[in-house]
Amino acid sequence: MAMSPKREPIWADARLRGFVLQALFLAAVVALLAMFALNAAENLRALNRASGFGFLDQVAGFDIAFHLIDYGRASTFLDALWVGLLNTLLVAVIGIVLATVLGFLLGIGQLSSNWLVAKLATAYIEFVRNVPLLLQIFFWYFSMMSPLPRPQSAIEIGGVAFLSNRGLFVPRIEGVEGSGLFLIVLAACVSAFFLLRRLSHKRRERTGTPLPMLPISLGLLAIVPAAAFFLTGVPFTADIPVLAGRNFTGGMAITPELIALVLALSLYTASYIGEIVRSGIEGVPKGQAEASAALGLSRGQRLRLVIIPQAMRIIIPPLTSQYLNLTKNSSLAAAIAFPDLVHVFAGTALNQTGQAIEILAITMIIYLAISLLTSLAMNVYNARIQLKER
Amino acid sequence: MRFVLSVFLGALALAVVASPASAQSGSATLDAVKARGYLMCGVSDGLAGFSNPDAQGNWSGLDVDFCRAIAAAIFDDPNAVRFTPSTAKERFTALQSGEFDLLSRNTTWTMQRDIALGFTFAGIIYYDGQGFIVRGAEGTTSALQLNGATVCTQSGTTTELNIADYFTANNMTYELLTFEKEAEALQAYDEGRCDAYTTDQSGLYAARLEMRNADEHIILPEIISKEPLGPLVRQGDDRWADIVRWVLFAQINAEELGVTSANVGEMTGSSNPEIRRLLGVEGEFGASMGLTNDWAVRIIRHMGNYGEMFERNVGEGSILKIARGINALWSKGGLQYAPPVR
Ligand SMILES: N[C@@H](CCC(=O)N[C@@H](CS)C(=O)NCC(=O)O)C(=O)O
Repeated sequence: MAMSPKREPIWADARLRGFVLQALFLAAVVALLAMFALNAAENLRALNRASGFGFLDQVAGFDIAFHLIDYGRASTFLDALWVGLLNTLLVAVIGIVLATVLGFLLGIGQLSSNWLVAKLATAYIEFVRNVPLLLQIFFWYFSMMSPLPRPQSAIEIGGVAFLSNRGLFVPRIEGVEGSGLFLIVLAACVSAFFLLRRLSHKRRERTGTPLPMLPISLGLLAIVPAAAFFLTGVPFTADIPVLAGRNFTGGMAITPELIALVLALSLYTASYIGEIVRSGIEGVPKGQAEASAALGLSRGQRLRLVIIPQAMRIIIPPLTSQYLNLTKNSSLAAAIAFPDLVHVFAGTALNQTGQAIEILAITMIIYLAISLLTSLAMNVYNARIQLKER
Repeated sequence: MRFVLSVFLGALALAVVASPASAQSGSATLDAVKARGYLMCGVSDGLAGFSNPDAQGNWSGLDVDFCRAIAAAIFDDPNAVRFTPSTAKERFTALQSGEFDLLSRNTTWTMQRDIALGFTFAGIIYYDGQGFIVRGAEGTTSALQLNGATVCTQSGTTTELNIADYFTANNMTYELLTFEKEAEALQAYDEGRCDAYTTDQSGLYAARLEMRNADEHIILPEIISKEPLGPLVRQGDDRWADIVRWVLFAQINAEELGVTSANVGEMTGSSNPEIRRLLGVEGEFGASMGLTNDWAVRIIRHMGNYGEMFERNVGEGSILKIARGINALWSKGGLQYAPPVR
C-alpha cells in the first residue's frame, strides 16, 4: 500500500503564517489610524473647529526675524513652514560639521600620549555631557550678550564687518551680470581638477609616475578662475553693512540666537562624538598600529592612513545617531527665539491656527524625512568605506 | 519636547474622546468638578498681578483669584482649586485636551480663538491693550520712533500679530524676537538685545519690576491694540460657560451695589431687591445654575467684589499700582458692566 505523503496543514507553514500575521497586524494598524482620523475629524466638526490643509495658503500675519528666503507679514503659513525648515537645516548642517571636527579632535585627543591633552579632552567630555543642553544654550546666549556693545559702538572688523549685541554683520556678496558665466567656469575647473587627480592616482598605481599635479592644480584652481573673474568684469559686488539708526542695515546678519544655538549644539554633540571616536579607535586591533609603526609610518600617518579608516567602520553607525540627535535637539531653538521649524511652525503657526493635528503631522513627517535622508547618506558612505576584499 | 508631547496627547485625546454628555446639573464639567472635589484652573507661568507663584508655590493675582471665586461658589472653599501653569504657546492645546476646566490666564478674546479654536469666552476681566517698554535713556518717547528697532516678546500671543500690523500700517521696519517663555524674553531685552519689549500694558508694569533697574525703563504712551482679557472654557458645555460668566458678573454687580467682603453678611439683610436677588435671599438664581442660592455670598465673602480683587492684585494695594482707568465700572466712566441678576 502506497503511503500518500502526509500533507501539512497550511497553518504549519511558518513563512506563510508569519506573512499572514504581519498582514493582519498592518491592517489593524491602518484601521486604527483611520479610525483616529475619522474620529478626530468628526470631533473637530462637532466642536466647529477648522480642519484640513487649506490654512497653508492663508496669510500668516506674523514676522520672522531670521529668514533665508523672502518672508514678511503677508506671506503664507506655507512660506513660514519653508522659513522654519531652512533654518532648521542651516543649524543642523553647520552644527554637524562643527561637532564632527571638534568631536574627532576630542576623540583623538583623549588617546594622546600627552598627559595634559588627554586629561583636558576627557574633562571636557565629562563636563559637557553632564550639563543639560538647554542650560548650555542659555549660557552661551546670555553670556555672549552682556559683553557685546550696542550697535552704535560696534566692534569693527576691517571696516566691513561689525560685531554688536545685534549679531555679526558681514558683507553680503551678490552676483551681477556675468557672475553666472564665472561660476560655470569655476565649476568646470574644479570638476576637471578632481577628475585629473583621480586619473593621476590611477596612473601612479599603474606606471609609478603620476601626472604633473602641481602645474595642473595651479592652472585649474588659480590661473583660469582668476582670468575668468577679470574677463567677466569682476561680476560681484559686496553689500557692506552700515549703521542706520538703531541697527545695521544691508550685509548679512549672523544673529546671536543662531550663534548661540549652533555653538551649544555642536559643543554638546562633540562631547558624544569624542567618546564615539575614542572607542572606535580603541576598537581597531592593536596589531594594526604596531604593524604600521613597523613599516616606518609616523604617528600622524598611522592615524590617518591605517587607524582612522578602520575605526570609521565602528564610528559611523553611532555617529549617525548623534547627527540625528543634533538635528532633533535644534528644536530647543524656541527658548532663545531662533525661528526653527518647531518654533515657527509647530509653535507660532499652530498657536495661531489651532490646527494641531495637521501641523504636527507635517512636522513629524519632515523630521522623519530628515532623519531617514541623513541615515541613508551615512549608510551609503559607510558602505563605500567598508573593507574592500580584493 | 514636552510641548510637542502635550500637543500630541491633546491631538490624541481629540481623536479618541467623544463629546461629553451632560448629566445631573446639565453641565458635564460642573459634575466632574464636584465629583473631583476641586477646580482645575489653567494659569500663566508667572505674571505679577495676574497669576504669580511665590517661593512657597502659593499663587496670587487677579486671574488666580477669579478661579478661587468659582471654587468658592461651588464648594464654599476658595482653596479647592488646583492651578496648572501653561506658557502662552501651550495654553490652548492644554485647555482643549482637558488639562483644566477653565483657562484664566491674561488671554485675549479674539474671534479666531472664540470660533476657529473652539472656545467660549466667559467675559472680560481686564480691558487691556498692547504697549511697549523701552530704555528711557535712549530718548524714545513714542512708538512711532521705533523704526528699525529690534523688539522682544513671547511667542504664541496676539502680541506677535499686533506688532506686525502696527509696523506695517506705519511703514516702519523692525525685527521681532519671539521667545517661548517670558523670562528669557525679558532677560534678552534687559541685556540689550532688543530696543523694546512688547506685550499687554498690564504685563509691561509687571515686566518693569523684573528688570535689573526698573527706573531706567519707560512705558510708551501708545496702545496699539485691543486686548480684552478674560477666562475661557471649551466650547460645547454652555452651562459651564454660564457659571464662569456669572461668577464674574456677580463680582461686578456686587461692586456696583456696594457689596463687599466686609459687609456681605449685613447685606443679606438689605431691603434692596437687587441685592436680595444677587445674594440669593430672593429667587432661585444659584440653583438654576446647579449651584446653591447663596453662591454670590460665598464668592464675595471669600474673594470680595470685582473692585476689591482689582485693587488687591493690580491696583493701589499691589506692587503694580495700575489705575482703574477703563476697568472702572461703567457708572464711573469705565467699561465694566454686568447684566442684572433677575
Ligand atoms: N493677551 C495676549 C498675551 C498673553 C501673554 O501670554 N502674555 C505674556 C507676556 S505678559 C505672559 O503672560 N507671560 C507669562 C507666562 O508665559 O507665564 C494673548 O492672549 O495672546
